[in-house]
Amino acid sequence: MNHPTKAAEFLSDGANAKWHDETLWFVRDKRDSSSKTVPEWEELRDLASRIKDNVLDYLDTYLLEFEKNAKANNFHVHWAKNADEHNQIVLGILKKHQCKAIVKSKSILTEECHLNPFLEKHGIEVVDTDLGERIVQFLNQPPSHIVMPAIHLKKMAISDIFHEKLQTEKGNDDPYYLTQAARNHLREKFLAAKVAITGVNFGVAETGEFVVCTNEGNADMGVHLADVHIASMGIEKIIPKRGHLGVFLRLLARSATGQSITNYNSHFRSPSAGKEMHLILVDNGRTEQLAREKFRNSLKCIRCGACMNTCPIYRRSGGFSYGSTVPGPIGSILSPGLDLQKHSSLPFASTLCGSCSDVCPVKINIHEQLYEWRQEITKAQAANAKSISMKIANGIFAVPFAYKISAGMMRGALKFLPDSITYSGLNTWGKQRDLPELPKETFKQWYKKNRS
Amino acid sequence: MFKINSRIALFIPCYVDQFYPKVAIATIELLEKLGCEVTYPMEQTCCGQPMANAGYERDTIGTTKHFLNTFKDFDYIVAPSGSCVLHVKEHAPTVHGLESEQHHIQHKIYELTEFITDILKIDSIQGSYPHKVGYHASCHGQRGLRLASASELHETPFNKGRQLLQQLDGLEWIELARKDECCGFGGTFAVTEEALSVQMGKDRLEDHLSHDVEIITGGDMSCIMHLEGIARRNKTPLQFKHIAEILNEAIS
Repeated sequence: MNHPTKAAEFLSDGANAKWHDETLWFVRDKRDSSSKTVPEWEELRDLASRIKDNVLDYLDTYLLEFEKNAKANNFHVHWAKNADEHNQIVLGILKKHQCKAIVKSKSILTEECHLNPFLEKHGIEVVDTDLGERIVQFLNQPPSHIVMPAIHLKKMAISDIFHEKLQTEKGNDDPYYLTQAARNHLREKFLAAKVAITGVNFGVAETGEFVVCTNEGNADMGVHLADVHIASMGIEKIIPKRGHLGVFLRLLARSATGQSITNYNSHFRSPSAGKEMHLILVDNGRTEQLAREKFRNSLKCIRCGACMNTCPIYRRSGGFSYGSTVPGPIGSILSPGLDLQKHSSLPFASTLCGSCSDVCPVKINIHEQLYEWRQEITKAQAANAKSISMKIANGIFAVPFAYKISAGMMRGALKFLPDSITYSGLNTWGKQRDLPELPKETFKQWYKKNRS
Repeated sequence: MFKINSRIALFIPCYVDQFYPKVAIATIELLEKLGCEVTYPMEQTCCGQPMANAGYERDTIGTTKHFLNTFKDFDYIVAPSGSCVLHVKEHAPTVHGLESEQHHIQHKIYELTEFITDILKIDSIQGSYPHKVGYHASCHGQRGLRLASASELHETPFNKGRQLLQQLDGLEWIELARKDECCGFGGTFAVTEEALSVQMGKDRLEDHLSHDVEIITGGDMSCIMHLEGIARRNKTPLQFKHIAEILNEAIS
């Protein structure tokens, strides 16, 4: 299904859509206030953008430096060309340790690789330990937002799920009560898991360490209790130096939720005695995106989700309307690179308002890339009705006489067609909007009479 | 530096020519009141934006070439539309053989309010307009041409439309809850994503209504056409005017 259909479905529950819009706007608003407490905010964005540009220019060099230093830190480093290779590597490690149950903190990369269904198919229980992710996991849904996975659900919906899955009191939607229930439930899972999986927010090339940011401390809890830590990292998550964290950590939390800092910014440098750490570096289409001149800087993304919170489309259509692992504006420029056919409606799910580009902490020109993807998509599509009408339009506007005739016909048609046709399903504009009243003369006619 | 004998061309977006001649008339009269001699080249058609934004930029070379030939001999091109100006500046495809004309035009085309504030440098406007006015900043004007500060950025607040309107006696500028949220027009988006487009428009109208706005104005008639279309259908008691109409009415 394409975006417009799913968006219309989402909007059909008007009260819920309004609530969703206001909830995410609240986060965007918090981000605004928080970012404005930093006088050098725009300089930070500029710096972050330039550091990431440099990373993309020298990605091969930084990756090798990172690998060398990570190995020196006693990490097992693996390279995965695609999602399947990534999943096989994870499975291999689990088999080696005869592990049947794992805990996993939030990782959009493992969502992208569809790791959970893959492992479950191989008889392994996967427990997402981020509260929002656990909630959507109970519902067998993907996250609807990359930072707030269950943002599409209201308290009572969560109460109902917990009643069913965790036997909480029916109808009790007290957030503290529900959170306590989740804590007790997850505690057992943490204690039982031999292997913990995390994502990676930043991999530092100069030290071979990596940083994981969470608000709940669930990544740390999982990793410290387990014997084996597997960290899955997209190859673009490299930063050159540890000092650069001073730029990115300040931008990340403020952009994501308006917090001045994420609660837990955990540095993983080397395994404790008797424990194992694995780092999987995943490509999965990133090298191809890097090769696309107009779209490569989408790889600067630090996954803060600010473009989703600010996007007037995302707020009113929900994360699921995009049908891609990363929804919202940034997803709409990343996903077409993975599957152009499947995601062809996404670059059109935008008014090109540009708010995403202005909110982006690493200054990705998201709305300009949406425009560029539109050009690519229409090229890839075979000649269809729309492209033919566009060619005719170009012919019309290139020849003033033709423009005059056709515009005259349009005006004439509007004047004489009955409302039942003008405002019928044939005319999408007129379904919920009136057309402008037709003036007696065009400006061109007026000008001829009054000025020339 | 603006010279009094500069050749100024008026570029009127095709839908304004057809549906809103009053906006074009207000624009020319306003510029004349401000001391400009303005020519409207009769051969002009469309800038090609609707096609380009729909993904057919490559099919607008003919349109762009015609645009360049129509306007290349002027010192300034002024249009009552941020959106069309942005297209000419940033998205019109390169026309081989007319590169220098294209470069010249990209740097000599201005949206109406910025032409008044930045080129004419008019710093005092005399007039009266005793109404509660809500401003709809079109995204292409605001974030594209930077006609106003964006709420996302950490920058000193400014708004070129407001700078002009606030000089009018009696005009009450109404602050909105979301001062620069998109109205949902978005060209073909208005049709391809109809449900979203209409909802976004309704939400903008609600913001203006709840702050007791009488008249919604702005620099782009396309956004206003969309908002007005929804308001009329729902019999919402709001008036709609392009900023050129307000300034032209107010300045005697």
